[in-house]
Formats: sequence, structure tokens, C-alpha cells
Amino acid sequence: MGAQLRVYKRRIRSVTATKKITKAMEMISASRIVKAQRAVAASTPYADELTRAVTAVATRSNAKHPLTTENPNAARAAVLVIAADRGLAGGYSTNAIKQGVALSAKLRAEGKDVVTYLVGRKSVSYYNFRNLEVAGSWTGFSDKPTYGDAKMVAAELIEAFTAETGGVDELHLVSTKFESMLTQTAVDARLLPLKLDEVQLSDDRPAKAEIFPLYDFEPSAEGVLDALLPRYVESRIYNALLQSAASEHAARRRAMKSATDNAGELIKSLTRLANSARQAEITQEISEIVGGANALADASRGSE
Amino acid sequence: MAELHVELVAADRKVWSGAATIVVARTASGDTGIMPGHTPVLSVLETGPVTIRTTDGGTVVAAVHGGFISFADNKLSLLAEIAELADEIDVARAERALETAKSELDAHAERRAEVRLLAVGHRKAA
Repeated sequence: MGAQLRVYKRRIRSVTATKKITKAMEMISASRIVKAQRAVAASTPYADELTRAVTAVATRSNAKHPLTTENPNAARAAVLVIAADRGLAGGYSTNAIKQGVALSAKLRAEGKDVVTYLVGRKSVSYYNFRNLEVAGSWTGFSDKPTYGDAKMVAAELIEAFTAETGGVDELHLVSTKFESMLTQTAVDARLLPLKLDEVQLSDDRPAKAEIFPLYDFEPSAEGVLDALLPRYVESRIYNALLQSAASEHAARRRAMKSATDNAGELIKSLTRLANSARQAEITQEISEIVGGANALADASRGSE
Repeated sequence: MAELHVELVAADRKVWSGAATIVVARTASGDTGIMPGHTPVLSVLETGPVTIRTTDGGTVVAAVHGGFISFADNKLSLLAEIAELADEIDVARAERALETAKSELDAHAERRAEVRLLAVGHRKAA
């Protein structure tokens, strides 16, 4: 076998192996999207009931709570960016990080100090590589977040928000919204202080549009709000984590699908090249044989 | 017979829903029984067992850890971060958890494990 042909054969083998891997990753992601979507759906009843309850307390009583009180001279804002733990998901992490960076720039332009919190190894490595300051980070659960993970993240953020000194006045959340299998958009939203006019149910209806009964609050409106608001923040973060996980799987599936397609194309064109190399080799051999035979014939004719 | 609609929802799933005649849950001010036609109420739940008497005479017991209860228009929502039906609870595991919690002096974990065992009926109310 000629050197050229051997090189082509080797490249075809390596691309075929890559294609097998990307195909497997595509299929794994496809099955995980469904699971992740189911997790989002399973968490909606809780989130909706919680949203309703928070709105009910807030509209039916005059209870004031630090988590809903706007600070007119907000000086520090916290930004939580949710990205992936692993790569090979196309632009998924980059888009979320970009959105976070843009939001931070906007907040800085408003004269606020930005404190960054990160979820996912990709965002952590982005910030570390650029030597940017990070207040807190969590990794290891981006593709399958549990409520416990959300609780852990929320606890630290709420603590930062309610801290007497050195705390933050605002809390923003950057995540990726799973709109469909093909569309996922990086979005940012302000989580705290809570603006009731903007609170929405899962189907994007404003929660305030409902008319609430006159509840009896036990132990008191303040007490209920005290217990509810942290749960609400947790549930919002949990929902953002789940949506981001679904988006991550969808993005990875798409990236791996195009990688598989590209590998197929590459194998096709490499096979063509290998074929023509083989053909060229054969042609050369034939012409060498013919040339050799002719030379022999000429030589023997001359001796006669 | 009058009945109320109950939804028991945990943070990550819907645990139980159906019609009931009375629901007893432990709120911040003590055990509260809610029957059809109760005044609208919204209160904070303590870690404890929740007992639901269904319309067909059965009883559903669940261990609930943190959350709240809201009742309006004959619809009762029980929301909890963690909620487990009695028949989902692994008794051996809960007992082990109780032992470790006791040895580590973790009052919260101890209470959680106790409530689990309480819901299964392996332990008398303290």
C-alpha cells in the first residue's frame, strides 16, 4: 500500500471513531432532555402554588419584609450565572456567560458594585482565567440539579442579601430558558428585592391578576412571609437550574448532531480521496509494468 | 358528604392529590384540622406528619418537612420541600438516620427521622 493511501485510511479510521462517540453523546443528550423537561414540569405545581401564596400574602396584608423592600441607593448587586459543568455543548455556556458579563457591565454603568456567584465549571474557569473576582461558586450538578442544590445556592445568596454590613442590595439571576428543543435563550432577571408586579406564573400570566380570598395568616402575615420568601427564592433558583439543565442537554444534542453530520461528510470525502489515491497507485503500477515490458521487448529486438 | 380537594406537593413532584373529608397537619400554632368550608387560611407548616382522611374512608399519612398550607374555595394545598407518603418511607433507613442523628446531636435530622417513623406508625407521638 502506498504512503498516501495509508494516511487516508488512518484518518478515516480516526474520524469514524470520533463519529461513534459524538453519535453516542447525541443520543444520551436526547434522552436526558426528556428527563430534564419532565423535572421542569414536575416542579411547576410547587412553584405556581408558592407564587400564588407569596402574591396573596403581599396583596392581602401590608407586611413589610427585607426581601421585598427596595433600597433606593442600591450600591452592590449580586449576579448569579448558571452555566454548564462540561463542554461540547455548542454556545450554551458562552451565551450564558456573555449575558452575565453584559448584565454586570450594565449594573456597573448604573454605579453599582457587582458581586459574582457562579454555577458550573465552565463559568468558573472563564472567570478564573481572566482573574475576575468571584464571591462564590458551585459545581458538579449542572446536568442534574436537585432541590437540595438549589437550597444550598439560595441559602448563601439570601444570607448575602440580608447581611447587615457588606451585603448586597440586589440579586440578579442569569440562566438559560428552555423554549423548545431548538431554541434556548440566555435571560437575566432580578430576583430580589421582589417586585410583585413582575411575578409570573409558569404560563407567563401575571400572578397579580388573580383575586385572592381573605386569608387568615398563621402565625401572622409577617411570619408567613418570613417563611415563604426564602422558599420562593429557592424555588425560582431551582426552576432556573432545571431549565438551564434542559437547555444544556438540548444544546449538547444539537452540537453533537452537527459534529456527527460533519464527521459523516469528512468520511465521505476522505473515502473519495483514498479511492483516487488507490486508483492512481494502480495506474502507476500498470504504466511501470507496461514500460518495463516495452523496454524488455525493445532490448530483445535489438539483440536479434 | 362535603369534601375538599387536597394537593400535596413537594418541591420536585406532586406527591398526592384527591378528595378528602378532613386533613390534619402540624402548623406553627399546633395541630390544625381542616374540614370542608374552613375559612381561608395560609399558615406555616412544622416538620410533622400530615393525616388525610379520604372520602372513601381510607387514610393517607405523609411525613412533611418544612413548607406551608393554604386553604381557599374548598381547595387545600400542602406545599413542602420534602414530602413522603408513609408507604414510600424506608423504615430501616429512617431508624438508621435517627441513630446517626442522635449520636451527632443533630436536632433537625433527629426530628426528621422521628417524623418519618411517626408517619409509618412505628413510633408513638412524642
